[in-house]
Amino acid sequence: MHKIYTSINQIVGDVITVEAENIGNTELAEITTRRGTSLAQVIRLDGKKAFLQVFAGSRGISTGDRVRFLGHPMRIATGDMLLGRIFNGSGRPLDNGPDLSENLAEIGGPPVNPVKRIIPNKMIRTGIPMIDVFNSLVESQKLPIFSIAGEPYNELLARIGTQAEVDIIILGGMGLKYDDYLFFRDTLEEHGALSHSIIFMHTAADPVVECLLVPDMSLAVAENFALSGKRVLVLLTDMSNFCDALKEIAITMEQIPSNRGYPGDLYSLLASRYEKAVDFENAGSITILAVTTMPGDDVTHPIPDNTGYITEGQFYFKDGVIEPFGSLSRLKQLVNAKTRDDHRTIMDSMIQLFADYRETLEKQSMGFQMSAWDLKLLKYGKLFEEKMMSLKVNVPLERALDLGWEILHDCFLPEETGIKRSVIDQYWPKKHEN
Amino acid sequence: MTELSHGRIMKISGNMVTVSFDTPVMQNEVAFIRHGEERLKSEIIRVRGNLAEMQVYETTTGLKIGEEVEFTGELLSIELGPGMLGQIYDGLQNPLPEIAEQCGFFLQRGVYIKALSDSTEWDFTPLKKPGDRLRAGDKIGFVEEKIFRHYCMVPFALGGQYELVSIENAGKFTVRQAVARIKDQNGKVHPVYLSQTWPVKIPIQAYAERLKPGEPLVTKMRLIDSLFPVALGGTYCIPGPFGAGKTVLQQLISRNAEVDVVIIAACGERAGEIVETLRTFPSIIDPRTNRPLSDRTVIICNTSSMPVAARESSVYTAVTIAEYYRQMGLQVLLLADSTSRWAQAMREMSGRLEEIPGEEAFPAYLESRIASFYERAGAVRLHDGSKGSVTIGGAVSPAGGNFEEPVTQATLKVVGAFHGLSRSRSDARRYPAIDPLISWSKYRSFIEDRQRERGLLLLRKGSDISQMMKVVGEEGTSLEDYIDFLKAEFFDFVYLQQNAFDPVDEATVKERQIYIFDFIYHIIETEFVFGNKDEARHFFQELRQLFRGWNSMAWQSKEFFETEKEIRAFLLGRTKEGGHA
Repeated sequence: MHKIYTSINQIVGDVITVEAENIGNTELAEITTRRGTSLAQVIRLDGKKAFLQVFAGSRGISTGDRVRFLGHPMRIATGDMLLGRIFNGSGRPLDNGPDLSENLAEIGGPPVNPVKRIIPNKMIRTGIPMIDVFNSLVESQKLPIFSIAGEPYNELLARIGTQAEVDIIILGGMGLKYDDYLFFRDTLEEHGALSHSIIFMHTAADPVVECLLVPDMSLAVAENFALSGKRVLVLLTDMSNFCDALKEIAITMEQIPSNRGYPGDLYSLLASRYEKAVDFENAGSITILAVTTMPGDDVTHPIPDNTGYITEGQFYFKDGVIEPFGSLSRLKQLVNAKTRDDHRTIMDSMIQLFADYRETLEKQSMGFQMSAWDLKLLKYGKLFEEKMMSLKVNVPLERALDLGWEILHDCFLPEETGIKRSVIDQYWPKKHEN
Repeated sequence: MTELSHGRIMKISGNMVTVSFDTPVMQNEVAFIRHGEERLKSEIIRVRGNLAEMQVYETTTGLKIGEEVEFTGELLSIELGPGMLGQIYDGLQNPLPEIAEQCGFFLQRGVYIKALSDSTEWDFTPLKKPGDRLRAGDKIGFVEEKIFRHYCMVPFALGGQYELVSIENAGKFTVRQAVARIKDQNGKVHPVYLSQTWPVKIPIQAYAERLKPGEPLVTKMRLIDSLFPVALGGTYCIPGPFGAGKTVLQQLISRNAEVDVVIIAACGERAGEIVETLRTFPSIIDPRTNRPLSDRTVIICNTSSMPVAARESSVYTAVTIAEYYRQMGLQVLLLADSTSRWAQAMREMSGRLEEIPGEEAFPAYLESRIASFYERAGAVRLHDGSKGSVTIGGAVSPAGGNFEEPVTQATLKVVGAFHGLSRSRSDARRYPAIDPLISWSKYRSFIEDRQRERGLLLLRKGSDISQMMKVVGEEGTSLEDYIDFLKAEFFDFVYLQQNAFDPVDEATVKERQIYIFDFIYHIIETEFVFGNKDEARHFFQELRQLFRGWNSMAWQSKEFFETEKEIRAFLLGRTKEGGHA
């Protein structure tokens, strides 16, 4: 049916050029080599020349190999059959289960019409005070975890994943170490979450092109579930590997690099993925949590920088804690008015005082005399770090708020907190008045 | 109608397509690619030999070499007329609600819908009579649109003098029916409709003269209005790193600014943000008109995952609509968020065209494009003597939060006010995070110069002392300096900072700003008596708490005056005259 071409006349990086006719842009092809078959995708057309990006990499491709065009772009099976399954970056099973071809959906589909979106209004509780109290996670939010190589960010991601109240978890791994992949699989299994999870796993040993497909496949599957009313949480790790794969391909294609070698459209490429996060009216939602490791802890590096402009805030994960400064959930204001009426007050006041504490800490380290106020702040900061910031703490939001009042009460007089009198009257703990 | 000329696709790379042609084509001409049933809009951006390079306003998935392209012979234009207020358009002026009705949740490619409804009937009232002399932009009649008289104007594209031949009597008309006929000097008759089309990349200049922006545009943000004001017809920019609150700031201004029409251009930003605007505006009542805010707003929405080429045109679409309302003698505010995404769209296209890159791979024409965009703002006097203005406020998203980058620098050269957001202020939750130490404005504030300068001086001094204290410690700082530092902090906390989630504090009217600024000015000038630093700090902490409560009390309400009395008494206890023990 489909014509077979054998005239591969250029192989550069993982991109090959074939002389062919009547080919659609972004169409898929199958290449049969001595090592087996691989999929490839059209990324540029120039007269009779079709440029193909080979998923399995170009190693071992001979100029006489056969290329068969499939007549359609990349598609992925969707639906309940995928639950509990693990796939690689080309969408092939990694778990010895059968290949699936039900309800095929094109990946990288069209964007959602903005007027069909609704204002997010449901909080996702995680049991982590630094998230629930200070930067609430909201359904349909897209939020990266900015971290540094070596930090236990995958553990944090797995913990949020297993504790969050959602229907389906989709994990997209990009360039992960094989042990990280096993860690995720085992953690999901231990918490009994594997049965409602789907994993797309690209490990560091896999061809780089497959890395590019992971977010698109994960999100296409998620979108399908969301349209049928499910609340889906998509976990992506590590988006920096995805960006580096983009850079590699762009440079192979001789595109003019813009900033530190990254392509000029990095922002748009990332946005088209992150913007898949959505809350559908009368249907489900997609929430995206993605790890972005910052090279050299530099937030101005093009990857975290472009990400930060796209996402709705970020969790800044450093030294094993979610840093209150640098972390932000842009959507928290949409949900934290409805939790408890002291939520915002606690959130704002505790952070402002914590900022003062950090300043005092700086002064202390320089050997300055500590005033009475400084001593109060030091006490406060220590309590805050122990009882709120530590990831060991695992309490519901309401308990965390009570905890906040207790800490303030233990350290300060009411007027020192800067909190409005009406709120103080209602919430200031009365137990041992001093 | 002449036969349309055609071409064929020779090359496809991303959203750029190269087309061969054999009849003349025009730079920036609109063309449609025929792909099966679909017709995909595109624009010629470069011509070389018999090859035209076009940017496609859609994804190019599935396009094939050899597919046919129809050239339209027209520049990229939009339709201007009644029915735009309250509407939500994409970057090419397709109404998004109508597209949603037709296509559901997703934006289907190749679906284009007319910007103005064919069937809506408008109550037309004529203002001129046959025989009247006219020129481009003259008002010949009006219809009632939401809150305004929407004038029907002689098409801006017509040059020279005209004579009105005939005009319809008052009655109901659609935008497709001619309401008048006018004759040029050669006797050729032109019909005039309620609407007209205009190419977006060309400014509308059917006015008598441009004026110097003078009158302040009240945004009700204290930090902006009092210290770094914007003028009607002026320009300003808000650069800031991500998370510093640019978008919240733009949203607040779009809600509270005292202007007639607000055009919001959501250009390459998150869809979620514009959703808030378009879902809440219909239910927020504008105190100036007692009508929903959506009645004075037009949203141009080309969010980050929508096609990049249309992002580039969206800012032009927005500014053209703004200029159109200015022609009616209205004060229009255009908020563009963000101009960096627009610049990036230019960069993407420039890369595909393989142009020689400038700084950070932006094209060499970046500066001139930015300058000519902001130059479309301005206050004007129309031919009939009335005045209108377009004010442009552009958010800038500098890479890495670094203001040295090309887009910020090119913007700073051409704007009249600069509201620089800083990460350290937003980290400390000091909102709005506009840094008073780096921001500036060339426009006049309604706060008395003497008081404004004093405020700025205090902020600078406070910052210097705070820097010094980091080196010499609190104990190394004199009590006098320490009090100045506390005063600066106090001024920052109770005046510059504004709580966007407090219904009263969110927006401060001009009169209240003048009143409170004066009140604070006197506190700044007062000499307080304190025994030591702890005492001083405690005093200002209490004062701050009182003031914060005052900020959330309605202007001139009973509680407002009561709290004022309380604060005055509290202050008196500490001043020399008060005779504190």
